[in-house]
Amino acid sequence: MGYTITEKILLKHTKLKDIKPGLFIDAKVDICLGNDITAPFAIEEFERLGAKKLFDKNRVVLVPDHFAPAKDMKSANQCKVLANFAKKYGVKNYFEVGRMGVEHALLPEMGIVLPGDLVIGADSHTCTYGALGAFSTGIGSTDLAAAMITGECWLKVPESMKFIFHGKLSKWVGGKDLILHTIGEIGVDGALYKAMEFCGETIEGLPMDDRLTMCNMAIEAGGKNGIIAPDKITERYVKSIKNKVRSGYGKFYFSDKDAVYSDVREYDASKIEPLVACPNLPSNVKPVGKVKNVPIDQVVIGSCTNGRISDLRIAAKILKGRKVKSGVRLIVIPATQKIYMDAVDEGLAKIFVESGGVFSTPTCGPCLGGHVGILAEGERAISTTNRNFVGRMGHPSSEVYLSNPAVAAASAVKGRIAHPEEVI
Amino acid sequence: MANMIYKGRAHRFGDDINTDEIIPARYLNTTDKQELAKHCMEDADKDFAKKAKPSDFIVAGKNFGCGSSREHAPIAIKAAGISCVIAENFARIFFRNSINIGLPIIESKEASENIKSGDILSVDMKSGTIRNVTRKESYKFEKYPPFMQRIVRSGGLMNSIKKGAK
Repeated sequence: MGYTITEKILLKHTKLKDIKPGLFIDAKVDICLGNDITAPFAIEEFERLGAKKLFDKNRVVLVPDHFAPAKDMKSANQCKVLANFAKKYGVKNYFEVGRMGVEHALLPEMGIVLPGDLVIGADSHTCTYGALGAFSTGIGSTDLAAAMITGECWLKVPESMKFIFHGKLSKWVGGKDLILHTIGEIGVDGALYKAMEFCGETIEGLPMDDRLTMCNMAIEAGGKNGIIAPDKITERYVKSIKNKVRSGYGKFYFSDKDAVYSDVREYDASKIEPLVACPNLPSNVKPVGKVKNVPIDQVVIGSCTNGRISDLRIAAKILKGRKVKSGVRLIVIPATQKIYMDAVDEGLAKIFVESGGVFSTPTCGPCLGGHVGILAEGERAISTTNRNFVGRMGHPSSEVYLSNPAVAAASAVKGRIAHPEEVI
Repeated sequence: MANMIYKGRAHRFGDDINTDEIIPARYLNTTDKQELAKHCMEDADKDFAKKAKPSDFIVAGKNFGCGSSREHAPIAIKAAGISCVIAENFARIFFRNSINIGLPIIESKEASENIKSGDILSVDMKSGTIRNVTRKESYKFEKYPPFMQRIVRSGGLMNSIKKGAK
């Protein structure tokens, strides 16, 4: 009986000879990650235990991105905890404001995560790196504390679900729509505890940014990890990284032909339209045409889901020469400093500002109701982020609709949820 | 914990209770556990922290604790004095965080379907039984697998790795 790619990567990170779903393992981690919300608890635990050193200074990554640049004094203190810890224990991959970005955009861009890695992060969207053919999953602060000391993490080997996408994508449809479609089909617990393996010719032709978007939202279906087999696109992506932090290009693993899946689903991707997840669950998915007349107060384009350069290019294409509807706030947040600079160099930043939007420094910010665009009572936003839970972006009575960057940009122009074709 | 019997009142919640409801992000700029406890479950029931008495239970439907990895969620629940969370099932990061910090959690579809808000419960972790005193019913639940029991018996993950840290 063969292994899935997830099982193969997990097995390689243990001393075991065989592995199967349901088995508990202590796995070696290649990278462990924390941010300004989750790392302070981990650091407290690390110090409470009296640990003297990190298992490996090069393999612990700390990114103050959620409430950074610090939104208030308490947040500033939390960021300071990270900075002090990084200095004291020699954390090589600590990224201060000015060099930081939204963690799940930053790590692949810097070449900190490579194919075949086992990555854990005290942030639920750590599953993003599956796009590179790595096993990566979100864990908690205590797990991070333990991993920083031992270099290991306990895991239950997940069953795998296979999602096969056929056909060519329609215009204005991207990775965001494929994953929203999937979550809409299986629900927010449809992949509970499971690995979500995405494949098929649609995925084989999908650019890396879209793959990152898809794997990023595996957690919104309850998944343990999202994963895409590495291929030429992966190879090209990893080889194109300038000043890569890690050496080498990782290791490529593939699912065996006789690997076992708990479920296999096939979708005709050519029939998928731009989609919107309506409040208050990412599974409440409808074609954009069905929610066209919903007025909005704010549009957010950014985050670890859709704050990459290709997302900004799509949004700029729609906003070029157009104005954000009066009374609507457009907030564009490139996910990293590099994306910020690329957006400036390509003239995208100018397009956003001229359209009447703001162009912010990288931060998770409004995605989790942190800062840089909190919603007031009863306000409504459309956002390229990943969650639309009650009160996610601000007041508990505010509402968030999730979409791809094209739909978000078109909605900014119309002042209501809109299909890109209504604008361009 | 393995030998504990918990007694208290049930506070009932629905399906897919997410970590933003358990502890909204606006309170994540602190690691003060008592401060977090004051806002426990605030966006699902804004009066919860006032209503909950030490040793009470949270009882929910499926996928409890979905969403973010914030350990602040089980920490807030534990610091609010909740003895145990009973649900049909849990989101995976919330589940592992609870095991790691020693917040008892129980998966039981039967209990989740039958317990109503205000019911008085008695939970015996050793025998794996939930007694609903109000309704004169009892529900069995599966104990943790041996691997997790070892973490729980050590008093959480950090204690279980203590040896390796020295």
